Amino acid sequence: MTDLYQSQRAMRNMRRAAMQRGVVAILDIGSSKIACLVLRFDGPERRRESDGVGSMAGQSQFRIIGAATTRSRGVRFGEIHVMTETESAIRTAVQAAQKMANVRVDHVIACFSGAEPRSYGLAGDIELQDSVVTEQDVARVLAACDMPDIGQGREVLHAQPVNFALDHRSGLGDPRGQIGNRLACDMHLLSVEASVVQNLLYCIKRCDLELAGIASSAYVSGISSLVEDEQELGAACIDMGGGATGISIFIKKHMIYSDSVRMGGDHITLDIAKGLQVPMAVAERMKTKHGGVHATSMDDREMIEMGGDSGDWEKDRRRVSRTELIGIMRPRVEEILEEARARLDAAGFDHLPSQQIVLTGGASQIPGLDMLAARILGQRVRLGRPLRIQGLPQAVTGPAFSSSVGLCLFATSPQDEWWDFDIPTEKYPARSLKRAFKWFKDNW
Amino acid sequence: MRPLVAERRYAAPGTAPSTGQAYQAQPQQPSAPAQPQVRRDPAPTRMAYRMQRLWLTPLFRVLVRVGIPGFVIALVTLLWLGNDERRAAMLARVDEMREAVENRPEFRVNVLEITGASPSLDAAIRDMLALKLPVSSFDLDLEAARAKIATLDAVENVLVKVGGSGALEVTITERIPALILRRGEELDLLDGKGRRVARILSRADRPDLPLVAGEGASLAADEALMLVAAAGPILPRLRGLVRISERRWDLVLDRGQRILLPAQDPVRALERLLALDKAEDLMNRDVLTMDLRNQQRPTLRLAPAALREMRRSMGLVTVENDL
Repeated sequence: MTDLYQSQRAMRNMRRAAMQRGVVAILDIGSSKIACLVLRFDGPERRRESDGVGSMAGQSQFRIIGAATTRSRGVRFGEIHVMTETESAIRTAVQAAQKMANVRVDHVIACFSGAEPRSYGLAGDIELQDSVVTEQDVARVLAACDMPDIGQGREVLHAQPVNFALDHRSGLGDPRGQIGNRLACDMHLLSVEASVVQNLLYCIKRCDLELAGIASSAYVSGISSLVEDEQELGAACIDMGGGATGISIFIKKHMIYSDSVRMGGDHITLDIAKGLQVPMAVAERMKTKHGGVHATSMDDREMIEMGGDSGDWEKDRRRVSRTELIGIMRPRVEEILEEARARLDAAGFDHLPSQQIVLTGGASQIPGLDMLAARILGQRVRLGRPLRIQGLPQAVTGPAFSSSVGLCLFATSPQDEWWDFDIPTEKYPARSLKRAFKWFKDNW
Repeated sequence: MRPLVAERRYAAPGTAPSTGQAYQAQPQQPSAPAQPQVRRDPAPTRMAYRMQRLWLTPLFRVLVRVGIPGFVIALVTLLWLGNDERRAAMLARVDEMREAVENRPEFRVNVLEITGASPSLDAAIRDMLALKLPVSSFDLDLEAARAKIATLDAVENVLVKVGGSGALEVTITERIPALILRRGEELDLLDGKGRRVARILSRADRPDLPLVAGEGASLAADEALMLVAAAGPILPRLRGLVRISERRWDLVLDRGQRILLPAQDPVRALERLLALDKAEDLMNRDVLTMDLRNQQRPTLRLAPAALREMRRSMGLVTVENDL
């Protein structure tokens, strides 16, 4: 526990150092692509006299000076599967981004979608020693949350306080300075497989980079693709990636639940490849060019050349109608969405005041997906794209890059996590130097 | 270790399914079927990656772009200069170029122009500088020349400069002699401040200047000049001034008369004497010395026979003996 606390704190410090130096890289390790963005911080935005709100809603304090995407290798279900392959893919992306930015990047903030995230809601309360809530009290109440049994070999990825309650007033964002007797807090804890994180750490270390932060891609794509009122009023973001589909539920600008379905766009491609007996590359091309989920009578007449290079004329001249293709794709898409629905139901999403669902990620670009999703997930479904940030190339503005963009926002203005608060003094190890000092101070 | 991925066994000449794929085999060359298949990997090698990162390091860039060329240039120069012969040749060449510039007619000095000096001083300065004209102005040491000229007694102030049109201009302010100092047989001219100006051979050379003598006379030259100025009526009779004991003056007149002046305020004492002379016609009497050293009691010393002569003229006969 303290180990994790220390390592997360170290990452936070590194992130701060990177922002001080002005350059940090964003690395989105997905199953279908690895994206690397290089961010430059220009310091706090200079206020313009014309309007009150800063440009880009205050996001203009950084700009993207390098962006590169490469096909992912050795990643399955959002987890590193072949270390050396992933490492060279990361190298490719980082090198290209560095070349574009013309600056050397040492610190990297990474996100990944796999590793079986599991959400826990924690609660804790303390009696205030003094009637005024101080930062130390916040740390104490966070420490008072009893740790659930997250299982062997799992590690905490996010631990965010989502709500504070003081006596009978709940829903406090920041209780510091307020007066009361009893402080309670709710914390959202996201645990992942430790081995996946370790693999990722190792991979990034092998690329001579230092990890300055780590995030779940479901969380960061929620940050970027949910608009402000959706985050405030409550919404779910479904990030349909290549190997995994991440689900995150936001309310009051905090993530309260996150999960992941281990299915994604790659499985649709695989279905096509299996069903039509074509190579994966051809299947991928057919999916992106002709794919869909709603067949119409027009689609019966639209014949798609499958091609092939087997040398067998009959096999290479095969054609398939778009309806058949849709017939292969639709069950898998339905399965993914139903699985997502099941996860949302398990999380109690239907009790939330707002039932907004936002679909994003590369696989959400399938034509007609919103209609299909509306049938499965409810009427309030929309397709989301990441918000624009400064210097973002046109090529990386699509929904496939919502987690990259969200990671940029995460890097610049991360939410308070448990490890951002100091350990309460009574939790220090017995032989702590500070304690010795305190003893001296008290006794002399 | 290669990943456990099935390789394509057949090259696809007709269709190129996609480019930029890691696992794609290169189309086999029909002429060299034995060539092993090389996988095209878009990823940079670890070395290339590291080199690129190194190159993007600002310090390293500066080192390579400035440090290495600078080092090479310095090294080559040092190696080239390491040879004595080459160094000597280079120095010789530098000297040659320098001389070529210095000897240009623009820098040549042809004439020595001396202004404000008497002919004898002019000749003395020309002798002293001993310039071999024409000379380059780079070879002239004006400071030294100025110091040298300033050592002459007759020169009060000197200005040396190289003017346009190749002339070395020496502007002299001469000392104006105001007194003649006699030391034994030597006669020196002094200026108003007592500085020696020149030597003269005889008193007759400058009959207009008063003569001073005695130890320390030159130190009190200004006082002597004031006395001379004050001694208006007796000036034709004034033979000279003698400094006594480096503290006071004697005025020596003709007929062996002397005026002994006090150390303090001699001019006032002289004026009182002159007033007395005007009233009593003192000087024309047979008086040897007029002792004014004591202000309260001026004293006269008569000539040895003067008293007897006076008594005789008054009809008094005195008996005197040799005792």
